Amino acid sequence: MSEGAVGTAMATAEVAGAEPMIQVRGLTKVYRVGDVDVHALRGVDLDVARGEFLAIVGASGSGKSTLFHILGGLTPPTSGTVRIDGKDLGGMTNQQRTDLRKTTVGFVFQKYNLLPTLSAEDNIKIVEYIGGRSTAFSPEFEDVLKLLGISDRLKHKPRALSGGQQQRVAIARGIVNKPAILLADEPTGNLDSKNSAAVLGVIKDLNERTGQTILMITHDPEAASYASRSVHIRDGQIV
Amino acid sequence: MNKLIFANLTHRPVRTLLSVLAIAVEVTMILTLVGVSHGTLDSNAQRARGVGADIVIRPQNSQVMSSLNSAPMTDKMVGWLAQQPHFVLATGTVIHSLTFPDSITGLDFPAFNKMNGGFIYVEGGDPANDGEMAVDRYYAQQKHLHVGSTINLIDHVWRISGVYEDGKLARIVVRITALQAIMATPGHVTVIYGKLDDPKLAQQVVDDLKTKLPGYPIMTMEELTSMYNINNVAGLKDFIDVVIGISVIVGFIVVFMAMYTAVLERTREIGIIKAVGGSSQLVLGLLLRETVMLAIGGTVLGILLTYGTQWLMKHSVPASLVQETVYYWWPIAGVIAIVGALLGAVVPGIKAVKQDVTEALSYE
Repeated sequence: MSEGAVGTAMATAEVAGAEPMIQVRGLTKVYRVGDVDVHALRGVDLDVARGEFLAIVGASGSGKSTLFHILGGLTPPTSGTVRIDGKDLGGMTNQQRTDLRKTTVGFVFQKYNLLPTLSAEDNIKIVEYIGGRSTAFSPEFEDVLKLLGISDRLKHKPRALSGGQQQRVAIARGIVNKPAILLADEPTGNLDSKNSAAVLGVIKDLNERTGQTILMITHDPEAASYASRSVHIRDGQIV
Repeated sequence: MNKLIFANLTHRPVRTLLSVLAIAVEVTMILTLVGVSHGTLDSNAQRARGVGADIVIRPQNSQVMSSLNSAPMTDKMVGWLAQQPHFVLATGTVIHSLTFPDSITGLDFPAFNKMNGGFIYVEGGDPANDGEMAVDRYYAQQKHLHVGSTINLIDHVWRISGVYEDGKLARIVVRITALQAIMATPGHVTVIYGKLDDPKLAQQVVDDLKTKLPGYPIMTMEELTSMYNINNVAGLKDFIDVVIGISVIVGFIVVFMAMYTAVLERTREIGIIKAVGGSSQLVLGLLLRETVMLAIGGTVLGILLTYGTQWLMKHSVPASLVQETVYYWWPIAGVIAIVGALLGAVVPGIKAVKQDVTEALSYE
């Protein structure tokens, strides 16, 4: 990753003539903790181009997880505008944010967050069902499963899978409904270095082969090096 | 979704089984009570029909469905009735109540036997003297009685003269003179039964008798047996309603506890479902469908357990209470169980729906 690719104040992608997949302007988020207002985000501007694999790098408490939650429609912003694939998140109702998560955004979490009572296959299919799609895997998706290396582990429940395998199932689940953007929050945070490298390699491969737009949150510069571009966040601001 | 519901149910098998069992007990309570009510009344109606009479006359001002414990009618009425148009035969009986639901009935055996062919004895025969007693096989089974054994009832020791098949009038019978002597009502009877030359004329004869015997409850046997239903037994319907109410509360509490702990335990899973686009309706639907599955399981098990209580009753107190399988109450009990369970799932469901996704996902 070249120094020049690392974030700038605006952290905007140079994508001439095309609307960014993600466009964030003046984003703030204030939490109320007891009697204290916590300013988690203090005016974030960010563009992510279609097909880009962007890493947002920041230390604990920098506001990166808050940004992840807002971009994923898990929590509303306090002010500013956020557009994902042309959809404005500002003023969205809970139901509209639910629909956004159903159709536009896929998630990969640090702790995998697979449903423990379902097999790997059913963990993926339940997302297809929620998205209102056929729960039969397409040949194209079967190829993705092969790419992820989990084709032969689909009948197993999460507890029978290694951390790396669980995270790859989570990645498959995140992209099965062909979301506009895949958001990954510290996807290697619970993995050893070998599995981390494998998972990051798979994410990068996925981005390059399918053109899936990916935004990864990480505190680890080495993980960020797999992305095509990185921006840094500190004290709720892109730096 | 169904896979997830089944997976959730099987994930905590003990909790699921206990919930199903509790709902089953609720259903069994309802079905057993209803079954005993129907069974006991139907068995009384069947025994009344077994008398072979077409007309029944009870003492003045007596309630039809109340138990009788006196002999206020003179037995001259029996002779008078036998003379009435269309009467072929009339016979009086004397009833002495024991602890509920038992009673001793005094019979004029020759007339009674003429009316219906007499009891069908498994062993022995009619009482030959005032110190003997005949019982039906259920009472004999319950009290371990056989011909020649003795039993102490109403401060008298009776020798068993016979054990007969159930289905005619009473479970315990003695000679009418014996009971009249004990009750100090010689020449008096409790109920009079009449047999007609043409049963189709029963209503006409009843109407005629009512003009001649004002104040006496006179009815056809058909009318009498039709009155053996829950609505005509004072307090029984209310009692059933109270038991149903308690059952609903039990179901509510059990499901509330089970689903509340399930929602707490599945906080993260609920967060995952919401994170991937699951709506509040979907989350609530999952819980409610799981609840309905528990209630259906409980209903099925409850119905099966009802056969267990039926068997138990038949073998432990065969003469006291009769339990029937009342099929049309199966869906009613099922609906009651489902409604109680769904009510119990409402608060946990609202809690699940209101969970914040980001907080749920960080729940340990």
